[in-house]
Amino acid sequence: MKRALAIMVGAALILLLATLTLVVMPYLQMSAEQVPPDLKPYTEQQQRGRQVYIANGCVYCHSQQPRDPSFAPGDKDRGWGRPSVPGDYAYDEPHLLGTMRTGPDLFNIGARQPSIDWQLMHLYNPRAIIKGSIMPSYPFLFRHVDEPAEGDKVVNIPPPYGPETGTIVATEDALALAEYMLALDHTYPAPTLPKKPPNSDEPKENRAP
Amino acid sequence: MTPTIAILLIITFVLSTVGLLLLIWSIANNQFSHGQAAARTIFSPGEEGHSEDPARAADEPFTGDTSEQTAAIEARWTADQSSRTAVLTWLSSSVFWLLLGSFFGLASSIKMHLPEFLTASEFLTFGRIRPVHLNAVTYGWASMAGIGVALFLIPRLFKTPLVGGKYAVIGGFIWNIGLVLGLSAITLGLSDGEEWLEFPWQIDILFVVGGALCAVPLLLTAANRKVEHLYVTSWYLMAALVWFPFLFLIANLPFAFPGASGATVNWWFAHNVLGLWVTPIGIGIAYYMIPKILGKPIISYQLSLIGFWSLALFYSQVGIHHLIGGPIPTWLVTLSIVHSVMMSIPVITVAINHHGTMIGNFSRLKDSPTLRFVWIGALMYTVASLQGSMEALRSINVITHFTHYTVAHAHLGMYAFLSFILFGAVYFIMPRLTNWEWPWRKLISLHFWLVSIGILIYVVSLTVAGWKQGVALLDAAMPFMNIVKMTLPALQARTVGGALMTLGHLVFAFHFIAMLMRSGAATEQPTLFRPATKENAQ
Ligand code: HEC
Ligand code: HEM
Ligand code: HEM
Repeated sequence: MKRALAIMVGAALILLLATLTLVVMPYLQMSAEQVPPDLKPYTEQQQRGRQVYIANGCVYCHSQQPRDPSFAPGDKDRGWGRPSVPGDYAYDEPHLLGTMRTGPDLFNIGARQPSIDWQLMHLYNPRAIIKGSIMPSYPFLFRHVDEPAEGDKVVNIPPPYGPETGTIVATEDALALAEYMLALDHTYPAPTLPKKPPNSDEPKENRAP
Repeated sequence: MTPTIAILLIITFVLSTVGLLLLIWSIANNQFSHGQAAARTIFSPGEEGHSEDPARAADEPFTGDTSEQTAAIEARWTADQSSRTAVLTWLSSSVFWLLLGSFFGLASSIKMHLPEFLTASEFLTFGRIRPVHLNAVTYGWASMAGIGVALFLIPRLFKTPLVGGKYAVIGGFIWNIGLVLGLSAITLGLSDGEEWLEFPWQIDILFVVGGALCAVPLLLTAANRKVEHLYVTSWYLMAALVWFPFLFLIANLPFAFPGASGATVNWWFAHNVLGLWVTPIGIGIAYYMIPKILGKPIISYQLSLIGFWSLALFYSQVGIHHLIGGPIPTWLVTLSIVHSVMMSIPVITVAINHHGTMIGNFSRLKDSPTLRFVWIGALMYTVASLQGSMEALRSINVITHFTHYTVAHAHLGMYAFLSFILFGAVYFIMPRLTNWEWPWRKLISLHFWLVSIGILIYVVSLTVAGWKQGVALLDAAMPFMNIVKMTLPALQARTVGGALMTLGHLVFAFHFIAMLMRSGAATEQPTLFRPATKENAQ
C-alpha cells in the first residue's frame, strides 16, 4: 500500500507543479495587464449576442486571435487586424479564442463588415452573399412573416435564397448576434503589445504597430 | 522575463536533461534485461511462455502443471468474475456512447461540405452537434471504456478479487446521468462555451463524483493486494484516476478565470484530459495486453518506470502548445513547446518496450484480434506523439494550428491509438466475463477492416489538405474562398472514411450485444481471425 500511495502522491504533486506554472502564474501575470482605454465593455444586447454565438458554436469554425505579422504574415495581410494582446479580452468571459479557421478570424469583423444588414443576411444564408461558402445557414434565428409588424427588423434576402412569399424578419437573438459582430472591433492601438514578437529569434524591426 | 520565470525555465530544462541522461544511462547499462521480476508479476506461476489469449488456439490454454499453478489460475478466474458487474456496466455504456458519438461525428462531417444539411432546427446546427460528438466520444466512449477496462485489470494486477465493486457501479450510473444531462445541455444551447469543457459546470460535478467513486474499489483492492510488485500498468491506472477528478475540478471552478488567462486554463485542462487521463489508460492497457498475449514479459521494466515519470512530468506542462501565437506571455508558450519536445523521451521508452517485446512475434498479428488491435494502437501512439512533438514547434505550428491538420492528428491519437487499444481490450475481456466466446469471427474481421480503412482515409486526406490549407492561409494573395474550395474534396473524403468507421462500430456493437446475450453456438475454441485448427467454423 505504501508504494501505491507514493505513486499517487507523486502523481498529484507533479500535477500541482504544472498547475502552478500553467494556471496560477499566467493568471497572476495576465490579470495585472492593463485594460486598453479604448476597449468598451459589452452592452447588454451585445452580451446576449455573445451567448447566441456560444450556444450555436461559431467558435468551432472561427478564431478571435490575429497573430503577430512577423510570425504569421497572413493574418494581418488578410485584414484580420493587429496582433491581439491579453488586455483586449478583459471583458470576455468565457474566452472565445478558437482553434479553427474553417472560416476567417472574427476579431475585427465589426470593422470589416460594419453593416448590420450584411451581417443579418449573411447569417440567414451565407450563400446569398458568398457563393460556395460552407458556413451553415441559421434560418432558426429569423421569423417568416406575411407582413412585418411595426418595429420588426426586415431582412431583404436576394432570390432564390429567400422564401417565395412573405418577408424574413430578424429575431431578438439574431439582432443581438449581429450587434455582437459589430462590437468585434479592436482597431484601437494596443497599449501593451507583447514585449517580444513570439518568434523571439527573429529581428524586431519589422513589427507592425 | 522576470527572474522567477527564468528560474522555472531553468529547473524544467535541468529536469528534462536529467530525464534524458537517465534514458541514455539505462540503455548504456543494458537495463533492458535485468530486474525483470516485476515485469513477470502479471503471469501466474508457470504461466510464462503461454499465451493468455482466447484468440490463440494453437496453444492449449494454460491450466497449470501443478496443483499450485492450477490454484493460481482458478484464483484469477475468481478475480475476473468479481469485477463482472462493474466492468459490464461501464463497457456497455461506452459502446452505446460510441454509437451515438459516431452518428454525431458523421453528421458534423457531412455538414462541413453540405452546409444546407439539417439546418432548419437549432438543435442540429453544426456548432451544437460537433461538441456533442466530442463530448460523447471523449467522456462517453473513451473514458467509460477506459474505466471499464481499468476495473477489469485492477483485480488481475493485484491478484485479489475486486473489493467495493458496487461503488464503481453507482459511479457508472452517475457518470451516465452526467452525460445525458451534459449532452442535452449542449443541444439546448446551454454550453459553457469552452472547448472540451462545454458541459455546464454544475453537471461536471457528477463526473467528479462518478470518477471518485471508481477510485474507491481501486484503493480498497490495492490495500488487499497479494502481489509484491506493482506492475507498471497499475502505475498508469492509479495515476490517471488521481489526476482526473483533480483536473476536472480546477478547470471547472466557475468564473475564476476570465479573459485570456481563461484560455490558458482551458487548454491546460484539455491537453491534460488527453495526456494525463486517456493516454495513461491506453498505454497502461497495452503494457498489460501485449506481454500477456505473447506470454513473454516486456523487455525492460526499468525503462517503463522512466517512461512513466517522464510522462507525468512533461505531459502535465504541454497544454499551452494549443495557443502558439496567441495573446499570452511568450515564456508560457516556450515552456509548453520545450515540454512537448521532451515528450519524445517517454514516447520512445514506451515504444522500445511495446514494439521491442513484439519483435519476433509479429506472426501472431495474423490470428489474434486483441493483439492486432492493441499493437496497431500502440504503434499509432508512437506515430501520433512524434507527430505531435513536431506539430508543437513554432515553425510547423504556424502552418498547422488553425487547420484540418489538427483534426487529423486528433483522430490519429484518439482513434487509431486509443480507440484501437480499447477495441482490443474489449475483445480480450468479454469472453472472460461472460464465459462465452465471440460468436462470429468474420464480424471481428469486418470490424477491423472497416475501421482501419476508414481511419486511414480520414487521417491521410485531412493531413494533406490541412497542410495545404495552412500554407495557403499564410499567403494573403490566395483568397479565403479559394482555400475553402481547395479543402472540399478532403472534407468529402472524411465523410467516406467516417461512414466506414461508423459501419464498423455498428458491427462491433452488434457483436457486443450478441456476447451479452450469449448468442451463437457454444464453442470450446477461442475465436480467431483465422481458424487455427480444423473446427466446425460457421
Ligand atoms: C462550418 C463552419 C462555420 C460555422 C459553424 C460558422 N461559420 Fe462563419 N464562416 C465560415 C466560412 C467558411 C466563412 C467564409 C465564407 C463566408 O463569408 O460565408 C465564414 C464567414 C463568416 C463571416 C464573414 C467573415 C468575413 O471576413 O467576411 C462572419 C461574420 C461569420 N462567418 C459569422 C459567423 C457566426 C456569427 C457564426 C455562428 C452563428 C458562424 N459564422 C458559424 C464557416 C463557419
Ligand atoms: C508527445 C505527444 C504529443 C504532442 C507533443 C502533441 C501535440 C499537439 C499539438 C501541438 C496539437 C495542436 C494544437 C493546435 O495547433 O491547435 C495537438 C492537438 C491535439 N492532440 Fe496532440 N500531441 C501529442 C500526442 C497526442 C495523443 C497521444 C493524443 C490522443 C490521445 C493527442 C490528441 C490531440 C487532440 C485531440 C488534439 C486536438 C485538440 C483540439 O484542438 O481540440 N495528442 N497535439
Ligand atoms: C465515427 C467516425 C467519426 C467521424 C465521422 C468523426 C468526425 C469528426 C468531425 C467532423 C469533427 C469536427 C472537426 C472540425 O471541427 O473541424 C470531429 C472532431 C473530433 N473528434 Fe471525431 N469523428 C469520428 C470518430 C471519433 C472518435 C471515435 C473519437 C474519439 C475517441 C473522436 C474524437 C474527436 C475529437 C477529439 C475531435 C476534436 C478535434 C479538434 O478539435 O481538433 N472522433 N470528429
